[in-house]
Amino acid sequence: MRSLSKLLRNRLTIPALLIVALLLVAAIFAPQLATHEPNRQNFLAIMQPPNAQHWLGTDELGRDIYSRVLYGARISVTVGILAVLLGGLTGILVGLVAGFYGRTLDAVLMRVIDVLLAFPGILLAILLAAVLGAGLVPVIIAVAAYSVPSFARIMRSSVLSVRAQEYVEAARACGAGDLRLIVRHVFLNSFGPVLVYATLLMGSAILTAAALSFLGVGISPPTPEWGAMISTARNYMRQAPHIIYGPGAAIFLTVLAFNILGDALRDVFDPKS
Amino acid sequence: MLSYTVRRLFSAIFVILGVLTLVFFSMHLAPGDPIDMLLPPGVGGRASGELIEQLRARHGLDQPLHTQYLRYVGNALQFDLGQSIRTDRPVTAEVLRLYPATIELTLAALLVAALVGVPLGVLAAVHKNSLIDNLTTTVALLGVSLPHFLLGLLLMLVFALELGWLPPSGRGEPFTLDGLRHLIMPAATLGVATSAIVARLVRSTMLDVLKEDFVRSARAKGLAPRLVVIRHALRNALLPIVTVLGLEFGVLLSGAVIAESIFAWPGLGRYLILAINGKDFPAVQGAVVFIAGMFVLVNLAVDLLYAALDPRVQYN
Repeated sequence: MRSLSKLLRNRLTIPALLIVALLLVAAIFAPQLATHEPNRQNFLAIMQPPNAQHWLGTDELGRDIYSRVLYGARISVTVGILAVLLGGLTGILVGLVAGFYGRTLDAVLMRVIDVLLAFPGILLAILLAAVLGAGLVPVIIAVAAYSVPSFARIMRSSVLSVRAQEYVEAARACGAGDLRLIVRHVFLNSFGPVLVYATLLMGSAILTAAALSFLGVGISPPTPEWGAMISTARNYMRQAPHIIYGPGAAIFLTVLAFNILGDALRDVFDPKS
Repeated sequence: MLSYTVRRLFSAIFVILGVLTLVFFSMHLAPGDPIDMLLPPGVGGRASGELIEQLRARHGLDQPLHTQYLRYVGNALQFDLGQSIRTDRPVTAEVLRLYPATIELTLAALLVAALVGVPLGVLAAVHKNSLIDNLTTTVALLGVSLPHFLLGLLLMLVFALELGWLPPSGRGEPFTLDGLRHLIMPAATLGVATSAIVARLVRSTMLDVLKEDFVRSARAKGLAPRLVVIRHALRNALLPIVTVLGLEFGVLLSGAVIAESIFAWPGLGRYLILAINGKDFPAVQGAVVFIAGMFVLVNLAVDLLYAALDPRVQYN
């Protein structure tokens, strides 16, 4: 409860939560909220600026941008949640095992993590997306892969500090087994930093997925993905710059909201602040 | 120090070997026959069995996997990254031809990040909790959240297409006015997010340093506030700032992929994307290995420099 009131004391938390809520509503109720079929082309209405019928205008094929942005939220939310879950679970497992069992297993796992960390951010995602081909699943795997090392490191350092605490020793003395120690004592006590990172990662996962599609190695047109929409729109920037604004604002606000929430959560969980 | 250097060198070599291994196996364990990746696009279904066998032999794909792996690593360590399918030239030669453009762009972006980030961070720290601080923090937050590709397109829209002040794409001759005009937008696109990161770091580091006794002493002896901040506080906050700038160099190196592909900047990043779209897998492998290798070496250099500059760093 105290954490929650501390979280809400940050003035930006509520607007950020509102944006995330809007994103979720858009993703879930896209079919109900959309005014047009997202992929229906209308050659009588191409590149129209925003108007009463097309709130964010139409694109180069006469498709309604507002409806496409709504459907794009579905893809972004799906990629964000699944990539963070996949990367998070894998990283947490690796970090827990490495930190808890130590010695050789720790050394081997951490060297693998070092290698993954040698790939700067988006490069690993680009490599995997290029190898696995275009589509939703490759993008999710690519984005998850680059988050594994950070999750593993956070978890491992938490485990190392928690493992040395007296209450863990006490629990062991009381006869608690490895699994119980890991789940009950180590994992639950390391939850804060993991949650902070997962929140920050949601924003960057959505951003990376959009960047991959923008570069042409992610989700390809005609799927209404925000990055892919912007990528196509750049060819018509001189005649119809408005095509960029809808998906651009959607990505920007989404990433901004998750960054604000991540920062606010960090302030709550970081004892120094 | 010497044993620390040797140990860090060994670990860097190990990491580079790991990078080679990961790239090799991600290419070979991916779904589909690697030979499909070696065939020019569109040829896939029509290639004769003989042609496929020839290609297989030429690229050593008829050998067992471990032989292929050892040969690949051996060649890479001798700077032989294979032959590009698209251009039929050695990948190493292409990469060496293109990397100066990427380095130029990355250094320029780093300069943008330092020139914008450091003053903003110092201002925010000196005027803590004031309007300036809030404004700086907000701008930094917006900067971190604005995607590179969106910023790049918006800059292009305003400064190239609408106002016509800057060329929309390409690279000019370095160290000339034309070169500078071509460089401004890509460097800003790449550098803005980093300047936001730098501003946040400078702010928090400066806040710590400003609390130190020596700063109070400097103030107590009547030094002008500006001198206290610049000569005493900023100089002592410089080490972490320089370290982060060094580490960000590596991040920018890979971030350049997006800026380069927006502004048709003829560097490694654009080469990588063209190679991916052309299914030129030796070129993809080569570019990825080269960028990751540079990233490792830059980080190694930053670590060693940091250890050399700060005697408090533990070598263990």
